[in-house]
Amino acid sequence: MTMHVGRWVGAAVLAAGLALSAVASADAKELRIALSAEPSAMDPHFHNLTPNNALNRHVFDRLIHFDAKQNTVPGLAESWRTVDDKTWELKLRKGVVWHDGSPFTADDVLFTMERAPNVENSPGSFNIYVKGKTFTKVDDHTVRVTTAEPYPLMPNDLTTIAIISRKHGSNAKTEDYNSGKAAIGTGPYKLVEFVKGDRYVLERNEAYWGPKPVWTKVTIRPIKAGPARVAALLAGDVDLIEEVPTTDIAKLKTDGRVALAQGLSNRVIYFHMDHWRDETPFITAKDGSKIKNPLKDKRVRQALSMAINRDAIVDRLMEGAAVKASQFLADEFFGTSKTLKPVPHDAAGAKKLLADAGFPNGFKMTLHGPNGRYTNDARIAEAVAQMFTRIGVETAVETMPGAVFFRRASTGANGEPEFSFILVGWGAGTGEVSSPLKSLVATYDKAKGTGAANRGRYSNAELDKLIADGLATIDDAKRQALFAKASEAAMEDVAIIPTHYQFNTWGTRKGLKYEPRTDENTLAMSVSE
Amino acid sequence: MTAFIIRRLMQSVGVALAMSLIVFIGMHIVGDPIYILVDPQSDQAEIDATIRRLGLDRPLWEQYLLFLKGAVTGNLGNSFVHGTSALPLILERMPATLELAFASLILAIVIGIPLGLYAGLYPETVASRAIMAGSILGFSLPTFWVGIMMIMVFAVMLGWLPSTGRGPTATYLGMTSSLFTVEGWRYVLLPALNLALLKVSLVIRLTKSGTSEAIHQDYIKFARAKGLSRSRIVGVHLLKNILIPVVTVLGLEFGNQIAFAVVTETIFAWPGMGRLLISSIQSLDRPVIVAYLIITVLMFIVINLVVDILYSLLDPRVRLGEKSA
Repeated sequence: MTMHVGRWVGAAVLAAGLALSAVASADAKELRIALSAEPSAMDPHFHNLTPNNALNRHVFDRLIHFDAKQNTVPGLAESWRTVDDKTWELKLRKGVVWHDGSPFTADDVLFTMERAPNVENSPGSFNIYVKGKTFTKVDDHTVRVTTAEPYPLMPNDLTTIAIISRKHGSNAKTEDYNSGKAAIGTGPYKLVEFVKGDRYVLERNEAYWGPKPVWTKVTIRPIKAGPARVAALLAGDVDLIEEVPTTDIAKLKTDGRVALAQGLSNRVIYFHMDHWRDETPFITAKDGSKIKNPLKDKRVRQALSMAINRDAIVDRLMEGAAVKASQFLADEFFGTSKTLKPVPHDAAGAKKLLADAGFPNGFKMTLHGPNGRYTNDARIAEAVAQMFTRIGVETAVETMPGAVFFRRASTGANGEPEFSFILVGWGAGTGEVSSPLKSLVATYDKAKGTGAANRGRYSNAELDKLIADGLATIDDAKRQALFAKASEAAMEDVAIIPTHYQFNTWGTRKGLKYEPRTDENTLAMSVSE
Repeated sequence: MTAFIIRRLMQSVGVALAMSLIVFIGMHIVGDPIYILVDPQSDQAEIDATIRRLGLDRPLWEQYLLFLKGAVTGNLGNSFVHGTSALPLILERMPATLELAFASLILAIVIGIPLGLYAGLYPETVASRAIMAGSILGFSLPTFWVGIMMIMVFAVMLGWLPSTGRGPTATYLGMTSSLFTVEGWRYVLLPALNLALLKVSLVIRLTKSGTSEAIHQDYIKFARAKGLSRSRIVGVHLLKNILIPVVTVLGLEFGNQIAFAVVTETIFAWPGMGRLLISSIQSLDRPVIVAYLIITVLMFIVINLVVDILYSLLDPRVRLGEKSA
């Protein structure tokens, strides 16, 4: 009899257990994501790199967050305001706890700002977003930031820095974050496992201060090959993929098993050209003899811009996954000009301008570009070379791997940019137009920190002043006006030749929705059912 | 035998040294990855600081001497991209690659030898002709295309096998591998088959030609006259005599697979060393590339050694000590 009772009890426990696990599994929702690149560390300050940032965004919050369109929205800071032109005050969210249950306070913020720029062996640190700012604690939930000069980009800069816990981060090395020991954040997900190059497993943080994401468990895997990523989605092995290859977009649109989400990115593809050398190495007359650098003549630059058939690039090469560009950043973003229009294709007009500039027979040029860095980059370079050749500028194309290209394009020839005419892209990490203005067309000046990516060494005192004024103007409306004017001035002078703004494309299994992000991040929080 | 092994190891040190020097100089000419590593928004001061942090501001000879100094103590330098020591970075991905190579070796033997034997013993049948024609396809079709096709057919259309990735692992006798789980085999099957394809074809052709040559030799006729069973003639006398070239090729191919399974690992998102190598090359991560190639050199030396030892087991006439390799 006792034995019978025992058996019954056992069965009841078993049944209850089964029922419980059934409930748990009905509640458990797993999302499997395939990335196109491998995050190299879980340490959020090790390397400022998109795949790393996107991954650690699940685990670590920032003081201020970017929404899907890179507008600043409250993160760990509930609100922020300027006390005076050089002082910002941030009110920290109360009641936020770390994944281990300890409370989040201003001390953690101060500790973070100390550590972020000083990570050992970092191949690309966050120093540029921290330096020049002094963080002081007012009370446990108030932090003040002071700068030497008025600095309007404070909120944008603060979106980049992941806040880590002082308790777990003191003396923690990158390894400790990768092993999970120090990877204690306040974010919507907790780190379960970080297996470099293989998989990253996350579990929902039930104590999260913000809206809880749908998915209780997230498994992220890198699948670098585009076709394999698409196949994994079609086979049902993953639920979400990023960077759908443009060649597959048309086919996937009609496939009942998947849904695509496409959105504008902050990335412009453009041509930069030699503005400073009197003789430029990769341009000669048709017979190969040396000529003066024709790119110094604005009419030549205009002619080249008019020779480009941007409709053909967008429709045929990009299969619709782009939109024609008129400036540094799409019109929707802060600081852009609302009056600039893409330069229309006009081969006859281009020829006439070339003739006016003294090149009725054109010249010979080599266009350099990276291969595989931007969507269809090499194919775009080839197509544009043909368009140039059609107006008499006989153009050869030379593409190379990104690592080689950027080195040579930046400091190839005796520390100076090596090429005459290059295809490049620029993603505005700050989500507004000062990023490309300051880096691409402001005069190259090491001391001031401007023009670091000005690979054409374009220099225009009037433009420099507009950019500098804008960067020192706290008032949003006034700054917007200054930047718009700067963009117009740069485009009027053809400082660069923009062709298109890239779209990013995500693919999900049918029934899921992805909210496309301009910053190219792939986040589990952006997936809904 | 001991002297033979020592000589081999000495040679490997020389090769590793020469190779590291070539890679150092070669990569120096190609350039460095600074501009793809730093945030593009960085100013010049930050770029310069990163160059100093990675030690790339020093002259090349100094960088090489530093590398040699570290190498003596077993430290082959820190990866530019990962910030951690290059050697463990590679070694932690080695088990995945080893099991993939091992699975594909098994497939090559299990599929290749019987098919080759059959084609050699019955060369005139339709099946034999089909096998030989098929082996030509195995040679000539590009790996990446076959890989994608296999994913499309078996994972996407039929849904029998997972498309990419490595399965769950289990630990057995102190080794952790996905080959110890059933689910793991489901994952490894397609990439292993893809990797094995070339080898299967090689083994088929080698076995076939060996068989058709040996089958007419006197010792086979004698064995037959002696009244030995057909299975014993083929399974023991014939097979043992034709295996030497097969073992040589499989040994070298095995090494190739461990070191350069790049294409298969990329397509199937297999978390092995090959994918690390290709991304390191793309990002000019010199320390990882050097460490990788040193491991490769050592591995090939070991494999060649094993092959030589296998020779002596298969053919008692081969004596290791006498060979000057």
